[in-house]
Amino acid sequence: MDIMKWVFRGCAALTIVAISVIGFFIIFNGLSFFTHTSLWSFLTGQYWLPSGEIFGIFPMLVSSFFATLGSVTIGILIGVSTAIVLVELLPAKLASILSKMIDLLAGIPSVIYGFFGLMVIVPLIKNNLGGSGLSLLAVIIILTFMILPTIIRMTEVSLKAVPREYKEGAYALGATRLQYIFKVQLRSAKSGIIAGIMLAIGRALGETMAVMLVAGNAVIIPENILSAVRTVTANIAMEMSYASGVHEQALFATGLVLFAIIIGINILMQWIVRRLDRG
Amino acid sequence: MENAGTVNLEKNDVKMPSVSNPSNKPAVKSSTKMKEAFLYGFLGLSAVITVGFLLWLIAYVIIKGMGHIDISGLIAPIVTTIYMVGIGLGISVPIGIGTAIYLNEYSNGGKFVQGIRFATECLAAVPSILFGLFGMMFFVRMLGFSWSILSGGLTISIMILPTVVKTTEEALKTVPQSYREGSLALGASKFATIRKVVLPSATPGILTGVVFSTGRIIGETAAIYLTAGTVFQIPQSVMSSGRTLSVHLYMLAKEGISFEQAYGAAIVLLAVVLALNFLSYFIASRIGKTK
Repeated sequence: MDIMKWVFRGCAALTIVAISVIGFFIIFNGLSFFTHTSLWSFLTGQYWLPSGEIFGIFPMLVSSFFATLGSVTIGILIGVSTAIVLVELLPAKLASILSKMIDLLAGIPSVIYGFFGLMVIVPLIKNNLGGSGLSLLAVIIILTFMILPTIIRMTEVSLKAVPREYKEGAYALGATRLQYIFKVQLRSAKSGIIAGIMLAIGRALGETMAVMLVAGNAVIIPENILSAVRTVTANIAMEMSYASGVHEQALFATGLVLFAIIIGINILMQWIVRRLDRG
Repeated sequence: MENAGTVNLEKNDVKMPSVSNPSNKPAVKSSTKMKEAFLYGFLGLSAVITVGFLLWLIAYVIIKGMGHIDISGLIAPIVTTIYMVGIGLGISVPIGIGTAIYLNEYSNGGKFVQGIRFATECLAAVPSILFGLFGMMFFVRMLGFSWSILSGGLTISIMILPTVVKTTEEALKTVPQSYREGSLALGASKFATIRKVVLPSATPGILTGVVFSTGRIIGETAAIYLTAGTVFQIPQSVMSSGRTLSVHLYMLAKEGISFEQAYGAAIVLLAVVLALNFLSYFIASRIGKTK
């Protein structure tokens, strides 16, 4: 039945077409905006006033950058440590139960994180640190827990893949358990851990709805961690439903910038992982 | 936290060789010990934070939501969610499985295959808001489907396509090559081999992927919010607008009019996701048994 081969080939072709159409759409619609505002003034412009046709996404870029930086930094510290505890320190049975719980953390819809953030984290910040609570800090806290499962899972897998001989060799040389973990195991697992971190960066940058619920969404360059912020993704989601004309194109251009950053991170990740694997 | 650290130290299953060096000054030794104790404390604390947050989140949603479960008020979002899952899976599962079969069973690694691999990897990295942006422009505006379950379902089906392809491919790879060879040797055609030998033994793996994708559709907000709209109604057809459970919860949280309703929606959503999780463990454990 050669026909079936062509049916399956057709499916594969459809997959490619779907992806190309999406890429084409975002790139084409985004690029056409730059006849209105130059790329440079779009990226560095401090004001976003759609009614006055002034479009600058610098405040959003800064907010997304700090939100991602903060959550990924804390996420790495907590996530890698949790993975070490699961793989090396806990008895196998307990570790496998905890590991399943972490899968659960990954499966919880982002809107529930956002809701929890709005109802619990935001009031906590408001009562203890002042301000409205809708802040960069709230975004960082929510994002940290959303990306934890990704970092933990990838770290877990790569720590487990380290050959047993390394451990025996390290112990034979008189290393303590922690010396082995930090000086041998983590180092030989680094390419997998870095891949996990890159995935986490992509997830943190791309998250939208949970962030929108706790960010406050003001278009300003954040002065401190308690400032209300609007991320690049939130900018698209908030205004797309009523935008038209140049405003709509500006939102597509925002999407294009996000797209470019994410693809850039992916290429960087593949490059780093390949280099580490070779080294 | 010091406690957790010391408990772990005592449970040490590997007899650690002593690191103490006779020539070491005692002061150095105790500072190393302090450092180790601190590190154990930090590791333990991190694990406690991770698990603690999960338990806190689940407990919060359950305790707050318990008294506010109002299924009759949630019928519209539930029906919309079912429609969305139906369209999303109905399109992406056949195409995804077909693509995976082509990649794993027919292709021999040419440019076309590399193209598909690259494309699915790119697609997997794209954030859902960009799918929403695309779906809004393409399905809602250009094709004139307006804000509807159809637009949402089509958008989400493209979004989960890479997941379906990837999980199916993994499942196909676990089928031993000898099965295929045996079937072909018995005179079965290539397609008969795939249909009667390869697919049946890959079914549990494929099903796990489908359950996982279902969870993603139910949990998705951004892409559906921009393509299916937010109208609160029981959909009459796939052309009507509607809000899924996730979008419903988002709207309730954003509007802030009735947090009771929001708690009720959150607990139902969480229950559905937990149920899907257990279903996928159940399927996965069945895989273990058949082997």
